Amino acid sequence: MKFFAAVGRTTLGLLGEIGRLSVFTIDAITSFVRPPIYWSLVLKQIMWIGYFSLPVVGITAFFTGGVLALQIYIGASRYGAEQFVPTVVLVGILRELGPVIAGLMVAGRVAAAIAAELGTMRVTEQIDALTTLATRPIKYLVVPRLMAAIISMPILVAIADSVGVFGGYFASTRSLGFTGSIYLNTTMNALTNEDIFSGLIKAVVFGFIIALLGCYSGFNSKGGAQGVGAATTNAVVTSSILILAANYILTNIFNFFNF
Amino acid sequence: MARAASTAKVELRGVKKRFGPKVVLDGLDIAIPSGQSLVVIGGSGTGKSVMIKCVLGILRPEAGEIYVDGKDVTRIRGSARDAMLRKFGMLFQGAALFDSMPVWENVAFGLIQGRGVKRKKARDIAFEKLAKVGLGAEVGQLWPAELSGGMQKRVGLARAIAADPEIIFFDEPTTGLDPIMADVINNLIVDTVRGTGTTTLSITHDLNSARKIADRIAMLYKGKIIWEGPTAEIDNSGNPYVDQFIHGRAEGPIKMEVRG
Repeated sequence: MKFFAAVGRTTLGLLGEIGRLSVFTIDAITSFVRPPIYWSLVLKQIMWIGYFSLPVVGITAFFTGGVLALQIYIGASRYGAEQFVPTVVLVGILRELGPVIAGLMVAGRVAAAIAAELGTMRVTEQIDALTTLATRPIKYLVVPRLMAAIISMPILVAIADSVGVFGGYFASTRSLGFTGSIYLNTTMNALTNEDIFSGLIKAVVFGFIIALLGCYSGFNSKGGAQGVGAATTNAVVTSSILILAANYILTNIFNFFNF
Repeated sequence: MARAASTAKVELRGVKKRFGPKVVLDGLDIAIPSGQSLVVIGGSGTGKSVMIKCVLGILRPEAGEIYVDGKDVTRIRGSARDAMLRKFGMLFQGAALFDSMPVWENVAFGLIQGRGVKRKKARDIAFEKLAKVGLGAEVGQLWPAELSGGMQKRVGLARAIAADPEIIFFDEPTTGLDPIMADVINNLIVDTVRGTGTTTLSITHDLNSARKIADRIAMLYKGKIIWEGPTAEIDNSGNPYVDQFIHGRAEGPIKMEVRG
């Protein structure tokens, strides 16, 4: 009986959590369009979420592109298909690794920071204080972060795409004996709009997931320092899982529509 | 059943709130007449903070009604709720200052964000309110983390009164302060509120504070008001629960639950 009770409790807990997250999401989205919109806070968050994530996203994208070229070369050379390395690197980075790597890095950096900041505000009653000062916490805290993440992520991913492809170029010309001009020509000829935009659409979704889960975890943190710590971990873990799951679903959808 | 209209500034009728199996408010009835200062006393964990959060709509009660100026505000939302909240100011137990902005912006916050006052004018009002709680202009430029607990409480008080609200809530205004600073805060509360016609609701377990700032005192126990009367009558309440509480005795009808 204990086993069934435990299963039941976990299931109910999970369903309750999904319900609360849904209500929070709807609340956040409906607050999007209604004035006032705190533009100065949006700009501040774009600086924090987007601009300051540039180094970490750029560095990871460079190495990912490089290692992708090296590994694809190993596989492709078994069939004598080395000439496809630039194309596979391009598709791999633009459609998958650019958005996913950037998404996971920003999740680790930004979702954690948002959850820790809002969680501390929650446990020190600063969020309640906003309410008593006739300011809606969702509008003041959540909407600017969501907006900034949705705006920043595609830009970050576009940069990650370029740096990642450059990483592939770098590894291919230094270690694999490719000629630079041929590598670049092959890349440019293979490039399609679909490759670019499918990755950017993913970026928008990932940005939304990161900011939403950061805010949600922070808003619902309980207790003191320990609760804030748990909220931070929660934000990173759940947003990372949701990014990978959303990536799989989106890729399926794009494939279905031949996009 | 027709109910009498609420004539009090703030009134709670039969408010019930529970968290899971734990009943915190169990049919709470209380009314604060306009311009009066009511202090609710009670032990830790008796639901004093929950009561305040229900009035502000931060928590939603399962049953009962809450009236502000005779209007049922229990379930209002959107802009009607914004308008209702503009009548309130609140001093939080831990001051709850925004650590991301300097002191003066904390005080001016409700004016700038909540009421659309121009930044320059709000800044002047903020410094004027800071002066009212005995803090100079130099404090206004500091960050909340640079202030002592007593100073933070004073800034919190300045923020609560910044927009000249009709109703102010004080959540444990003297908790965690030394006796002298506690008295300074009590005096400031009396000075800043008396004679302005402001209605106040304070919750505390500090009886010195209650005697000083209250017109009337009520005692909350197990989610209900078990005694209410003028401040002068607190020593002759004839209520064994109140007597035990004000004399701070471990023995009596109130049994401390060691495990919540």
